[in-house]
Amino acid sequence: MDIQGRKLIKIATAGSVDDGKSTLIGRLLYDTNSLTTDKIEAIERSSKQRGYDYLDFSLATDGLVAEREQGITIDVAHIYFNTDKTNFIVADTPGHVEYTRNMVTGASTSNVAIILIDARKGVIEQTYRHFFISNLLRISHVVVAINKMDLVGYSEDVYLKIKHDFDALVAKSNFKEEQITFIPVSALKGENVTRKSDHMPWYVGNTLLDHLEVLEPADLLESSVPRFPVQYVIRPKTEAYHDFRGFSGMLYGGSLKVGDAVTVLPSGNESTIKSIHFFDQEVQEAATESSIVITLATEVDCSRGDMIVKSDQLPKSEKSISATICQVNNKALKVGGKYILQHGINRVLAKVDQIESRIHTDFTGTEEADQLKLNDIGRVHFRLSKPIHFDSYHTSKSNGAFILIDEGSYDTVSVGFIE
Amino acid sequence: MSNLFIPNPKEAESIHILREVAAQFERPVLLFSGGKDSITLVRLAQKAFFPAKIPFPLLHVDTGHNFPETIEFRDQLVKELGLELIVRNVQDSIDQGKVREERGRYASRNTLQTTTLLDAIEEFKFDACIGGARRDEEKARAKERVFSVRDDFGQWDEKNQRPELFDMLNGKIHVGQNVRCFPISNWTELDVWEYIRTENIAIPSIYFAHKREVFFRDGMIWTANEHVYREQSELVEEKMVRFRTVGDMTCTAAVLSEAVTLDDVVAEIRLSTISERGARIDDKRSEAAMETRKKVGYF
Repeated sequence: MDIQGRKLIKIATAGSVDDGKSTLIGRLLYDTNSLTTDKIEAIERSSKQRGYDYLDFSLATDGLVAEREQGITIDVAHIYFNTDKTNFIVADTPGHVEYTRNMVTGASTSNVAIILIDARKGVIEQTYRHFFISNLLRISHVVVAINKMDLVGYSEDVYLKIKHDFDALVAKSNFKEEQITFIPVSALKGENVTRKSDHMPWYVGNTLLDHLEVLEPADLLESSVPRFPVQYVIRPKTEAYHDFRGFSGMLYGGSLKVGDAVTVLPSGNESTIKSIHFFDQEVQEAATESSIVITLATEVDCSRGDMIVKSDQLPKSEKSISATICQVNNKALKVGGKYILQHGINRVLAKVDQIESRIHTDFTGTEEADQLKLNDIGRVHFRLSKPIHFDSYHTSKSNGAFILIDEGSYDTVSVGFIE
Repeated sequence: MSNLFIPNPKEAESIHILREVAAQFERPVLLFSGGKDSITLVRLAQKAFFPAKIPFPLLHVDTGHNFPETIEFRDQLVKELGLELIVRNVQDSIDQGKVREERGRYASRNTLQTTTLLDAIEEFKFDACIGGARRDEEKARAKERVFSVRDDFGQWDEKNQRPELFDMLNGKIHVGQNVRCFPISNWTELDVWEYIRTENIAIPSIYFAHKREVFFRDGMIWTANEHVYREQSELVEEKMVRFRTVGDMTCTAAVLSEAVTLDDVVAEIRLSTISERGARIDDKRSEAAMETRKKVGYF
């Protein structure tokens, strides 16, 4: 909830070139009065210049010059709008084959995925890929928006055929808890986006916006086991707070309260929570995703990168891990490669022991591979310089994911999901 | 003592980012303009490190064309919170011959700030500059990262940005590089105003409706004073106005307004049909004005 009591829904959109994704987002913005007069005027000007006889809403979202020139989206753009009840953040991710990494990036911060399908084309290879990624990232809510219904005569048969084909994909997924919703829309005409369509009486479900508003933002699978990675040690050294030694960080999962018996990892030292602070208030208990400061009852060794957990709910601690990797950089991941592994805020060194397989993103299985190139997804085994303290990504997104940083360029080259 | 603390997700995220900046960099600095976004950043930084002091200084790049109310406000805030403030002047860059003053009808020192900023980064060896930019402000900013790596020349390479996954921030850089950090990337203008109202944060008086000598040009309301070029035919009138963004007098247009309290301002923003940067004269230069400036190191 924000300070006005609105919930926050974070959406990733995925679609192929020309599926009308930008148009759909532009339509959501326009119909929720989120586009201001000067932006609408700019869209009108640009549409006219390009000789269109309709408003090209994609111009509202395609930000960079190169994109406007080519008429395609080449990087994740973030778009914001709100209704009275809900704040929305949309990560608009491009649909090109070569930009899988962008969807993974956009989806990593989202709790809903909208997958667009062009009603004329139906389920295509790109759709497989988009659904595969939303599965890999364990996105709880998937909306399949079947767009351009106006171009197929608002045909229920077309809709049912696409739904049938998509259901065949769902059958191959190993993530059974996700909720999948199909909505036939025309983004260009604004049908079933925020207003019910008169042309599709056979569709009795919610419009896209109504559906998004009734979703619960909490991640269905985020575990209730609290993890508190220490970001920064706070030592004011002022007269009023002479002996204050607080551990600041964000709490993930469940809650922590004063008096809880905790263990500091990696040292294994035990203590109890003495106080919990948020700015100048002291609180008894803090809920998940609070950025707080904790003090402990005893003087224990604890610094940045350490993790405070409840003593009866320890994570796994290992120096050798297997993970599903998505390569997000041009430089390929190879056996023997050394990286900085950043797990949450903690960094260790990692060496690629073995590439177990490359995974086909169209649900057709795996193959042998000696390297993972940009946009490849595969199973990799690593050896680490020190143990990390993790949970399975399937039960804890925050404590089950990591990134790999190249030791030379310092670029973020991979993202990993620990099982 | 209250019972269960439930976070505001955007505030919690911003605090998380500020702590990452303090932990990952040796010499961070907070770029302070005296505008509402950088004032909000100061409050978030207080919250992130309390009861310790904010562990980095503030840097103000002063164009010499700031609203005097902003400068007064800045000095007051710094004094109250006991912050360290560094000021560097665009006038000095002009005097040193590094940049040339623009002339004529649309003359502004806005783009000249970049040189002064880059010089200050070099002088103090800052490796991280915290800024109050928001992705909802402008379409080039919609693609900006939370940690945005710049090269020695301060340039933004928009096609070669590091992907940011989950809330894991990668601030590893080489000597000479620096990072622009944007803790309120995900806030909207309305979020900022609602936060200022709830937290009761003091802001400069020019954000509220006041009587001011102005003139009209290109459908916008310009401040009439010695720093702003004005044709003789452009007549000065007194109007009730306020500012939605605070930049230079030469590039910030006013809006007609009766909003004198924070409640009025929030109500006005909710109903507004003009975007915030719609009142920024510098963005109207071309469709890609912001992107072009960012590529050469503009904040």
